[in-house]
Amino acid sequence: METVTLTIKDQPGLYLEADNITPDAFAGKKAEEIADLHVYVGREQYRLGDFFEVSGKAGATAEETKIVVNGDLSRVKYIGMKMTGGEVVVNGNADMYVGAWMQGGKITVNGNVDSFAGTGMKGGEMVINGNAGNYLGAAYRGDWRGMAGGKITVTGNAGSDLGTFMTGGEIVVGGDVDVHVATHAEGGKIVIKGNAKRRLGGQMVEGEIYVFGNIDVMMPGFAYREDVDIDSDGIKGRFALYEGDLGERHRKRKGQPIYAKLYQRIAA
Amino acid sequence: MAEYLIKNGFVFDPVLGIRGDKADIAIKDGKIVETTAVKSPKVIDAAGKTVMAGGVDIHAHVAGPKVNVGRNFRPEDKLFGYKPKSGIERMQGGFSVPTTIRTGYNYARMGYTTVMEAAMPPLYARHTHEEMRDTPILDQGAYPVFGNNWFVLEYLKNHEIENTAAYIAWLLRATKGYAVKVVNPGGTEAWGWGLNCENVHDPVPYFDITPAQIIKGLIEANEYLGLPHSMHMHANNLGNPGNYTTTLDSFRLSEGIKPNSKFGRDQVMHHTHVQFHSYGGDSWANVDSRAKEIMDYVNSHDNITIDMGQVTLDETTTMTADGPFEHHLTELNHLKWANVDVELETGSGVVPYVYSPGIKVCAIQWCIGLELALLAKDPMRIFMTTDHPNAGPFIRYPRIMKWLMSQDARNQQFDAFKHKDKVIEATNLAGIDRELGLYEIAQMTRAGPAKSLGLAHMYGGLAPGLEADVAVFDFNPNEPYAPDDIEKAFSSAEHLFKTGVQVIVDHEIASNGNKRTLWVNAKVNENPQVMRDVKEKFLRYYTVTLNNYEVAGHHYVPNPYVIEVDATQ
Repeated sequence: METVTLTIKDQPGLYLEADNITPDAFAGKKAEEIADLHVYVGREQYRLGDFFEVSGKAGATAEETKIVVNGDLSRVKYIGMKMTGGEVVVNGNADMYVGAWMQGGKITVNGNVDSFAGTGMKGGEMVINGNAGNYLGAAYRGDWRGMAGGKITVTGNAGSDLGTFMTGGEIVVGGDVDVHVATHAEGGKIVIKGNAKRRLGGQMVEGEIYVFGNIDVMMPGFAYREDVDIDSDGIKGRFALYEGDLGERHRKRKGQPIYAKLYQRIAA
Repeated sequence: MAEYLIKNGFVFDPVLGIRGDKADIAIKDGKIVETTAVKSPKVIDAAGKTVMAGGVDIHAHVAGPKVNVGRNFRPEDKLFGYKPKSGIERMQGGFSVPTTIRTGYNYARMGYTTVMEAAMPPLYARHTHEEMRDTPILDQGAYPVFGNNWFVLEYLKNHEIENTAAYIAWLLRATKGYAVKVVNPGGTEAWGWGLNCENVHDPVPYFDITPAQIIKGLIEANEYLGLPHSMHMHANNLGNPGNYTTTLDSFRLSEGIKPNSKFGRDQVMHHTHVQFHSYGGDSWANVDSRAKEIMDYVNSHDNITIDMGQVTLDETTTMTADGPFEHHLTELNHLKWANVDVELETGSGVVPYVYSPGIKVCAIQWCIGLELALLAKDPMRIFMTTDHPNAGPFIRYPRIMKWLMSQDARNQQFDAFKHKDKVIEATNLAGIDRELGLYEIAQMTRAGPAKSLGLAHMYGGLAPGLEADVAVFDFNPNEPYAPDDIEKAFSSAEHLFKTGVQVIVDHEIASNGNKRTLWVNAKVNENPQVMRDVKEKFLRYYTVTLNNYEVAGHHYVPNPYVIEVDATQ
């Protein structure tokens, strides 16, 4: 695997729209060619090289390409957008839409990400060693197809509206989350190791949420069923199982309606 | 104005009866003229290329409140689809519900120059005209909807044809409308009570009238006025298995009525998007094609024209004044739904939809649309549409041409279906080997719709005296070509003239044209009763006053083309 290193040298006056920072766009290119790829600041087009020192070279394909991005990237959007393979390591905080519509490969962010990371994600893995903003693994505005596959792991906290319209895949949050989790989800799995606030699983049709800590207010559409013991995939302990959202339609399997499941840990 | 001479192209023109022969087309003062009439023309070398009149779309939803609802509630339809301003082209966005600007440009790229907006809620006519005004290049007109209008329901209950006609004339003038549109007659009004009219004899609640009475009455009123276009119908029971019988019942209401129009049309009913009205079976499990039964009727009755409503197997946005149907659709796919009641006039709904080649019903729908066109004996009476954006976005017309012109292309699509065998069993298409030629395409996209609209004196052909709307496509029909070459060539006209202005040069948009809005001014005898009814209804029921209703003046219709009709006797 070949490695390309980008180091930010000039911060953009506005924000940098850098959807070209992907193994797919870099594949088969030398440093000079990569520096020539376009980025947008507002409506003006610039070169990637206008803002970054570029060193190393890319592999022949996305799978054989690793990108390391260094510096304060809190004004850089769309890192790893639509990537299908390879690896991206971000050493710093990144702005919105990291790994949005990602299909494969791996993104590691050693810092915080802003909102919409993993929007519409279909596959691959994203690890955020920091906090995530709002709309993590959610759907694009208006779309009914949120995160469909892959895995997002956040070691810190996440904001509100994670997993909106999620249909598959997994999101694991090490810390706390804000309101609105898995709104209108039709599949997928969300694990919250810390505390949650309100409106978990509103309009949720299918899928699972695990909460290890407190829930401020449970949705009235979720009904307590039973206590269950779970030991799988790093999830261990006794959990209270709730089913919902009872106000929504639910498809049936063998005559039984399928509900979304919300587990809250009651003992380790 | 500049003179042009388009030389040596392969011309396809049903008006002149030219079937791909080499001919020269001359343009002067915005009209087609004899080649001897131009003195020092700019010469366009069309050798080895296809030349046709500008396309005429008889039925599309491209302007107005429900189109705008579609744009507003589908930001995802615009995602990654923007094109920045460049040269003369303004910024464009959207796929199934494109911006007005993209609508104009994309139609022009396909060689279309005239597009009719197929459903205008009269109360929102101002909005509709504002959007048409902002759509570049195209000549456009809009059909106000009448089939659920309280005035019409009350007049026709008592079979008051003259009053209905006077009201239609008033509303066409007030809204600057072009034709009488009917959507789910009675059914949309019934939807206000949570009901529907699925058959032509289902009573409309409160009004004590049936769809059959509405349809027949509106045809009679339309012929009483002698409007350029016939009554334009979206029948009851759209999109339901087994609905072909409703469609045939609706067709039969036109029997025995002769056209009364000096605009050269032969039909008294245009039935739109017939694909959605040609289903057998009694559930989605056993739905099948009844295109044969439908086309047997159409082929043997020359006072009817139809259009296809071809499913293009895309993700799109459905929108119709058929409110109950859109509710039915959202119950089916559980996606977003918008619903509006337009006071005394109509209603509407909007729901996104994905026509997937993996779903049996979608594949059957795809077959039915093509069957309608391929079983047509007279291509001058069946027109290419997708009911844009309902069965698919209009930018797929060149793809539909490919399917109509190539059995190989259809077979490729069959092979891509997940339930190929079941689809073949439920339809007739696999057994049809007919391949249409460009002459028939020109009939279905140009001469036919122009004639049905009563606009054969302006559009649809290349005879001297017609508007100089001419498209040149980089397509040589005499050389071997692959099916995909058809789609490619007809997606991007090499040159396009609109009323003598060259708006596309070498595949690039070079001018925003001089678009016009067509509307029909029908003069009728003074009718104090109807005028009193209008004033009274506005005072009692409407949320707007008459002063806030009429589409008046330069602001809404800056470049009108008025078609005058005299129905005073």
